[in-house]
Amino acid sequence: MTTVVAAPAAAPPAAEAKVRHAWTQHGLLFVLPFLAVYVAFLVWPVVLGVRMSLSSVNIAGTNDTFVGFGNYAEAFVDPRMWRSLWNTLVFTALSTVPLVLLGLVFALLVHHLRFVQWLWRLSFFGPFLLPSAVVSLLWLQMIYPPDYGLINGTFGLDVLWLGDPSVAMWSMVLTTVWWTVGFNFLLYLAALQSIPTHLYEAAALDGAGAWARLRSITLPMLGRTTALIVVLQLLASLKVFDQIYLMTAGGPQDATRPIIEYAYDVGFTGYRIGYASAVSYILFAIIVVVSLAQLRLFRKRAEDFS
Amino acid sequence: MTKRIRPGQLVLLLVALVLAAVWLAPIAWAVATSLKPETETTKLPLEWFGSELTLDAYRLVLGTGGIVTWAINSTVTAVLVTFLTVLLSAMAAYGFARTHFRGRRALLALILAGIMVPPQVLMAPLFAEMVALGLVDTWWAIILPQVAAPLIVYVLFKFFQDVPPELEQAAFVDGAGRWRVFFTIVLPLSRPVLAAVSIFTFITTWNNFLWPFLVSTDPNTMTLPVGLANVVQGTFGLRYAQIMASVVLAGLPLLVVFVLFQRQIVRGVAHTGLAGQ
Repeated sequence: MTTVVAAPAAAPPAAEAKVRHAWTQHGLLFVLPFLAVYVAFLVWPVVLGVRMSLSSVNIAGTNDTFVGFGNYAEAFVDPRMWRSLWNTLVFTALSTVPLVLLGLVFALLVHHLRFVQWLWRLSFFGPFLLPSAVVSLLWLQMIYPPDYGLINGTFGLDVLWLGDPSVAMWSMVLTTVWWTVGFNFLLYLAALQSIPTHLYEAAALDGAGAWARLRSITLPMLGRTTALIVVLQLLASLKVFDQIYLMTAGGPQDATRPIIEYAYDVGFTGYRIGYASAVSYILFAIIVVVSLAQLRLFRKRAEDFS
Repeated sequence: MTKRIRPGQLVLLLVALVLAAVWLAPIAWAVATSLKPETETTKLPLEWFGSELTLDAYRLVLGTGGIVTWAINSTVTAVLVTFLTVLLSAMAAYGFARTHFRGRRALLALILAGIMVPPQVLMAPLFAEMVALGLVDTWWAIILPQVAAPLIVYVLFKFFQDVPPELEQAAFVDGAGRWRVFFTIVLPLSRPVLAAVSIFTFITTWNNFLWPFLVSTDPNTMTLPVGLANVVQGTFGLRYAQIMASVVLAGLPLLVVFVLFQRQIVRGVAHTGLAGQ
């Protein structure tokens, strides 16, 4: 956007003073309402969480004695904590690859099919708009049941999708891919539409085929988007809870329980909310590390471009 | 260039049709099941249509009332969260982008750092705080923590920074105050980005599960996802047509809205989702 309005310096002195005055007026008042909510319901809980993680407080608020790093020490030798952390990492690793690749494939397909866009968008992005509870009830009750479920019933299989510990995590990944790939699909689609068409026209003049254009123009131009999608996906997958809690409650035999659910279980079912805070903060630390790595990565890239 | 459909396009179309069918199948199966008589929902071999199409399941589900209450709760809380988030975040973002006051940089840094904090890891301390404030089982417990969304402030902050300030300066010269400029010039100018973050906020709030689930124990304050997860399974037991009718009723509103406002929603999600950069 270019503007041709005269620079403020051209204004008469009185007006200039008015502008300068307005520029410094009320700033804090604009910020304060949000700041109040933000401090009360984000900053304070972060601080309170540290305090709780250092105490033996239970969900009723009693037994609040300081135990130092006792909860963290316990977590580090708690096999169920390690199991849930491992499950979270496995889920993240298994889900990120198909979520990114399928998102790209869907976007490439839809980008090249220039008709009935609404149908493709509804099909691939629609599930993302469903609440996790809707998705979980649907797959739990009508897709995964071993006998009358849609998959086994249609293909004549007898897979125990949720009952077999070696299969259940794959089922969680399958449902999650179906549910959330639409988000990455949309991001890729937006990125594809922003690639300048003259690049393709030039390549076509040079006689480049569809495959060559994909390899030498499209994919390189999507590099930045891909890096971003991978990071967003890692962060989202590390926080997985809803669909696993609602479909398997972490079972069978702890095979699917992610770390957020473990924190929920020890805190809200087991009443040890201090220990739950410590378990949550272990994941918090991992997420902060990933976020900081992301910041570094993108800052470096921004510098490379300039 | 010819407009003819080339063989390559035809192959792409076929692939896309198959994938779209696969992706829509679970939703179609939910709808199909919800329209069957209850006794035929688990019949083998699977059939997409029962002996008759019936709305009995919907009648029974709506008759028990729960789902209507939850839909109202979801709508009210999502609308309030969206309104408060956009209003407070826009004000804060504008304050940071356009005014100078002491501590501005430090406060901005404090808010940007919050983008890294996943709400899920705060469930224990936030719950303890809500208990202390006596807000459990109220709409405010559901609403307030979701308004503290630093990402939205960041998105709007970046937007306001890129808006040329000349228009506002002209208004100041004409004697308008900062607040009037904000509400009558800046906000109307920002309608597209405000629509984008509103849509994004509404969808995430409408679908949020863990937090409303933690602070609602009373079925009368539950949102749709929480009511569905907590009550429907227990109440309707093995009556699959009714469970699927609930699923369809809870999932349908956003899908219908999506079909109607596709372009705005796509832009809203892509814009805000990409805002990390």
